[in-house]
Amino acid sequence: MNLDSKVPSGPLEEKWSNYLRDIKLVSPNNKRKHKIIVVGTGLAGASAAASLAELGYNVETFCIQDSARRAHSIAAQGGINAAKNYQNDGDSVWRLFYDTIKGGDYRSREANVYRLAENSNNIIDQAVAQGVPFGREYGGLLDNRSFGGAQVSRTFYSRGQTGQQLLLGAYQAMMRMVDAGKIKDNPRHEMLDLVVVDGKARGIITRNLIDGTINRFEADAVVLCTGGYGNVFYLSTNAKNSNVTAAWRCHKRGAAFANPCFVQIHPTCIPVSGDYQSKLTLMSESLRNDGRVWVPRKKGDDRHPNDIPEEERFYYLEERYPSFGNLVPRDVASRNAKMVTDDGLGVGDTGLAVYLDFRDAIKRDGEDAIRARYGNLFDMYQNITDENPYKQPMKIFPAVHYTMGGLWVDYNLMSNIPGLFVAGEANFSDHGANRLGASALMQGLSDGYFIIPYTIGNYIADADLEEVSTEHKSFGEAASASQKQLDKLLSVKGDKTVIEFHRELGKIMWDSVGISRSKEGLENAIEKIRALREEFWQNVRVPGEANYYNKYLEFAARVADFFELAELMAIDALDRDESCGCHLRDEFQTEEGEALRNDEEYSFVSAWEYLGVNGKLETKLHKEDLEFEFVELKQRSYK
Amino acid sequence: MTINLKIWRQKNTADKGGFQEYKLNDVNEHMSFLEMLDVLNEHLIKEGKEPVEFDYDCREGICGSCNMVINGRAHGPKRLTAACQLHMRNYNDGDTIVIEPPRAAAFPVIKDLVVDRSAFDRIIGAGGYVSVRTGSAPEANLIPVEQETANTAFDYATCIGCGACVAACPNSSASLFTAAKLSHLNRLPQGKPERKKRTIAMVEQMEKEGFGDCSNYAECEAVCPVGISIASIAEMRKSYVKAVF
Ligand SMILES: Cc1cc2nc3c(=O)[nH]c(=O)nc-3n(C[C@H](O)[C@H](O)[C@H](O)COP(=O)(O)OP(=O)(O)OC[C@H]3O[C@@H](n4cnc5c(N)ncnc54)[C@H](O)[C@@H]3O)c2cc1C
Ligand code: SF4
Ligand code: FES
Repeated sequence: MNLDSKVPSGPLEEKWSNYLRDIKLVSPNNKRKHKIIVVGTGLAGASAAASLAELGYNVETFCIQDSARRAHSIAAQGGINAAKNYQNDGDSVWRLFYDTIKGGDYRSREANVYRLAENSNNIIDQAVAQGVPFGREYGGLLDNRSFGGAQVSRTFYSRGQTGQQLLLGAYQAMMRMVDAGKIKDNPRHEMLDLVVVDGKARGIITRNLIDGTINRFEADAVVLCTGGYGNVFYLSTNAKNSNVTAAWRCHKRGAAFANPCFVQIHPTCIPVSGDYQSKLTLMSESLRNDGRVWVPRKKGDDRHPNDIPEEERFYYLEERYPSFGNLVPRDVASRNAKMVTDDGLGVGDTGLAVYLDFRDAIKRDGEDAIRARYGNLFDMYQNITDENPYKQPMKIFPAVHYTMGGLWVDYNLMSNIPGLFVAGEANFSDHGANRLGASALMQGLSDGYFIIPYTIGNYIADADLEEVSTEHKSFGEAASASQKQLDKLLSVKGDKTVIEFHRELGKIMWDSVGISRSKEGLENAIEKIRALREEFWQNVRVPGEANYYNKYLEFAARVADFFELAELMAIDALDRDESCGCHLRDEFQTEEGEALRNDEEYSFVSAWEYLGVNGKLETKLHKEDLEFEFVELKQRSYK
Repeated sequence: MTINLKIWRQKNTADKGGFQEYKLNDVNEHMSFLEMLDVLNEHLIKEGKEPVEFDYDCREGICGSCNMVINGRAHGPKRLTAACQLHMRNYNDGDTIVIEPPRAAAFPVIKDLVVDRSAFDRIIGAGGYVSVRTGSAPEANLIPVEQETANTAFDYATCIGCGACVAACPNSSASLFTAAKLSHLNRLPQGKPERKKRTIAMVEQMEKEGFGDCSNYAECEAVCPVGISIASIAEMRKSYVKAVF
């Protein structure tokens, strides 16, 4: 397996501009002759599709929802980073780059991250020009807020609906091109397989979710923007339809899957309350700008939080991390929440919660100011929990949120299958072992607006692309494999529902591949995953038929892929004998309980090759060594 | 608690469809409305019956997928609350709840509670954007926007495209949806140059899709989960008249 990162040589600051100077171009006349498939229309996909269509390519898009506007990106709350330095607080492209590399615990590629920081400013310009209504100051200029993991204020926001507004901007740009006839849009279509011809990605197989038909589409390149796989845990902050299927099927066709065990757990979510619960709701990290996190100092203190006096409150983040306080990065905040609840200091009925308290901020700035800043989040909290956060602290707990792992890509965002590009959360690049807040939106849009449109041109100009029709045998083979799998799922007719299996799988994952992991726990989890997967194929009950709208059949196929991915995640976590970012192995900690990296042996991207599933997942590890030319690797400290 | 359900079942667009009754005994007051339907579906699947199809994704009131008509009201009884954010604590033991798809000629039923709202996408495609090519945008702070203008534009920009306004309107008008987008873009400096063209194109597309006219019932505003104001419809009319004449 060839894992050439294709990072251009030269100084960090010049890599991307030199690359752009040297790439091959496709002439406008020829662009018209090329077709590009974009799967997924979240921030990454919609922005890529719009930009490619503006350039003149023929684009065909696919998504699961009934409209591109509803992709999971719509739910992002807090904001998007950029190195504009509008606050004059010393921000720069270098600093954004540095914070991101450090935040990722030095497990990402320098060149990719630097490019991301460079593109960040263009993203804000682009969005503002589209009419995205960002928060503004009295003078009419753009406002910023701060986010975890940074000491400058560089986060642009649209109240608590930043993802929504950015996605609507990209979606509108995309619909403009649909109207112009340059994009053919296929909502309610699920990609079920990748078609590889002569070693190159040349098309996809989809299921039309309305009539159940299996369809074939060919193209000169395929761009996968299908989001993350956090839903493997069943409960997560992700939208219910987020899944790994497209990426996993590409993996089965030869694309390497990188760093699968890097899963971000977000520290501020509404805690789990009962078995029926279908998902967890995130409370934006920006709340930690004003909210103070604490638990009672005494075990089992069941007084109402408002009755617990100051000296009996344990503000554990402020005490342990005086310079970052409540704004430590997510991995640190999540792990500390787990530590205090493991110590028996948790609050609420389940003991699996900590307080996020606005009392002092309300005293300082007044209720109106807090309402103006976070009103919609407070309403949402009250609506779900039936408690008023203006009057008493919120209860929060960590939940699975974002996956840094994904398909391996080189500097061009191309996977190891030529012609298969991967953008946004679906790829592994840029965030290393942990993602700082407000950087996923940035990455999705950087990939979609400002990277893919160039790197695809470079590929197409060079690639020897023969005419391929959907009658080609590779299309036939992939289409019938997809059909067979659906038929098989329907034929089991067992007694356990898909949701029951998914919930059980999620519990194994949360317990053993969650906030912290251990050798023993992971080995155990692998056995359990295998056993449950076997049972799934013997005993799942999928209702209805394949030839019409059938949501539970869709779920069944996605959960089948989650079962295989889950095993790979545990294998990857077990292989990495170190702690880094969100990947905390109990065996590898500093005396103070911080993640202890092993740069000598684990400064690499783990890229897994799929070899088959036969009772167990057969897989092979390849390593892309990470080289740090420009930053010095340090123990990450937020003290 | 026990909840009695009367749910619209329809196999496909061609099927006539009708109500079916169900009784659900294990409803917890903390469940969301959609979680209650998930539980119903788990029971139906175990009984070898076909589950009820309904649309959802975010379950946080932001994606706009989950619009359904609950006891005659789009998104159910609570103001400013999407169906997915509604909780069973709003109901009492023994209540009967009637659930139907949002009905409008321009929103054909796909199955049960799932409808086709692609007409909304075509209205956006007709003009609901600012024409700016990727990479050609000026420095963001070159165009200051008065805070009040930015805030009002934002209020209109939060439309989640759910279609409750259409379902609630006796004329099945898409005016609130279309006007929200116009009120967002037309008032910003970025959106001004295309204002006339946008207004005419979107209004005409809305008519082409078979949505009805607005005759000021204001039912749309009452059900809108994000509180889009009907003031936008007045703005739309004014802009349209100004643009055409
Ligand atoms: C609640 C929440 C809040 C967040 N807040 C922030 C924030 O404040 N700042 C920030 O930077 N990040 C935030 N994030 C993270 C960020 O929203 C996501 O990482 C990002 O939006 C992912 O974008 P994407 O384009 O890669 O994928 P998505 O938006 O997930 O889009 C995936 C697309 O792929 C399609 N798709 C998936 N599978 C298939 C298939 N098999 N066939 C066809 N189509 C398919 C879907 O239909 C969809 O269109 C948040 C995430 C959550 C859950
Ligand atoms: S205006 Fe309100 S009701 Fe209508 S689509 Fe938008 S959010 Fe839904
Ligand atoms: S499911 Fe997204 S708005 Fe209800």
